[in-house]
Amino acid sequence: MIVSEQKPLEEILGYLEGEKSVFILGCNGCAQSSGSGGPVQVTEMKQKLEEAGKKVTGTKVIDFLCEKALVKSALRGRIEEIKAADSVLVLTCGIGIQAVAAALNKVVHPGCNTVNMGGSRGEWEGSERCGECGQCLLEYTGGICPVTACTKSLVSGACGGASNGKCEISPDRDCGWELIYKRLKERGRLDMLKVDLEALDHGKLAPRPEMMSTSRYALEQSDQEVKEQ
Amino acid sequence: MSLQSKLESGQFAISCEFGPLKGTDTTEIKENIEVLKGKVDAANVTDQQSSVMRLGALVTSYLAASGGLEPIFQVTCRDRNRIALQSDLLSAWVLGIRNVLALTGDLPQLGDHPQAKGVFDLDSVTLLKAISRLNEGYDIVGNELQGKPAFFPGAVVKVDSDTEASTELQIAKMERKIAAGAKFFQTQAVYDIDNFAKFMKRVEKFGVPVMAGVIPLKNAGMARYMNSSVAGVYVPDELIKKMADAPKEERAKTGIGIAADFIKQAKSLCQGVHIMAIGWEKRVPEIIEAAGL
Repeated sequence: MIVSEQKPLEEILGYLEGEKSVFILGCNGCAQSSGSGGPVQVTEMKQKLEEAGKKVTGTKVIDFLCEKALVKSALRGRIEEIKAADSVLVLTCGIGIQAVAAALNKVVHPGCNTVNMGGSRGEWEGSERCGECGQCLLEYTGGICPVTACTKSLVSGACGGASNGKCEISPDRDCGWELIYKRLKERGRLDMLKVDLEALDHGKLAPRPEMMSTSRYALEQSDQEVKEQ
Repeated sequence: MSLQSKLESGQFAISCEFGPLKGTDTTEIKENIEVLKGKVDAANVTDQQSSVMRLGALVTSYLAASGGLEPIFQVTCRDRNRIALQSDLLSAWVLGIRNVLALTGDLPQLGDHPQAKGVFDLDSVTLLKAISRLNEGYDIVGNELQGKPAFFPGAVVKVDSDTEASTELQIAKMERKIAAGAKFFQTQAVYDIDNFAKFMKRVEKFGVPVMAGVIPLKNAGMARYMNSSVAGVYVPDELIKKMADAPKEERAKTGIGIAADFIKQAKSLCQGVHIMAIGWEKRVPEIIEAAGL
């Protein structure tokens, strides 16, 4: 899941300055779960923009705005409303906004900011986070990730900044290494604290070239093929 | 005699620290160097302390070295990746800097540029490994150097911890730092001599010199603030009371007296003392004299 939050209305109105009409798009996927671009927020946005004097030519909430082929097929019946608008306001994550901008030949405005989740990828939000570092260290840290549980992503142990088990950045945040210590102790594996770990390989932490700006979805592929024909 | 020779020959060593200011005015740096040289064995030069942007530790260490005050170049991992860290270390050696203190560094969010990206590409342990590799004539990926340094690398450790986990993690990390090449330790400020004795009992088997951290108290408020807000600093109530009871004109003397008493007691337990005067750099000689060093 990707978490997004709506931009302040003033910022959105700033984008729409000089435009009279707009079509609003929302997403039934992550944006709905985030409360930033589901059916409820799209209706609310329509109202706010109308109050601000804009004409809303239409609205639509699609299941997954991140899938360009889906966006195109879902909007097939709404072309006239979109054409009638000066621009399209998209209430979803950065991927969805980019997918819409690629799929429609229209000025597209982002209505949301995509928030860094510090490694959460699960649908059900728990406390576990994965930094996608490509060099899993969980073997040595009692099954608690030092890359995400430690604010500084330290692999060599605690920094000394914690007070009463809380990180120096906030009294609400646990010191990741104190959690690791307690887990290792509980499992009788404190010997792990002596294992010599190398510094993280940031070459592995960056997305691989083949993962950047490409999609492995078959649908995306078929969309390309349709275009080519 | 250099800090290294002093610690290696088992003599009690004295270090202190001072930080560059924000801007290009080096007047105070030069004044501090004049006051401190000949009085201490070496002086730490802090690296963007508390994540507040200032003049750099490298150039300030160079000013100290050329002014006759042996610097301990503090290097944190907050602002530079491994390429810049190794390069700055090589530069430091060329500029005549011999001692390096390897630190992880505070988070940028705690300083005056909270928008900055915290780097932490290396941490204190892996930085010590890098220093050891450079001393061997290689960079950390194994490329050979043309001309190698011979740094005397040090690290820090916290004596007082508020949780069992924190205490054990400090000791475990101290061992990792030693394995990575740390040749001496400076501690966070300590006030309770019994706690310090207990700590030394645990770590003396490592055989690496420890310099006890001392921050002279200026008033009771400072002591209370450190207790509530500085990780790993614990000022006992009786010392806070002593500071609170001292008449205003006697406060400085009382604080310096407390520091001197601690140093006298610590002298038989450890291998040196590290005085962090925090604005009182020019009074460090007074503290040393009061401690009878």
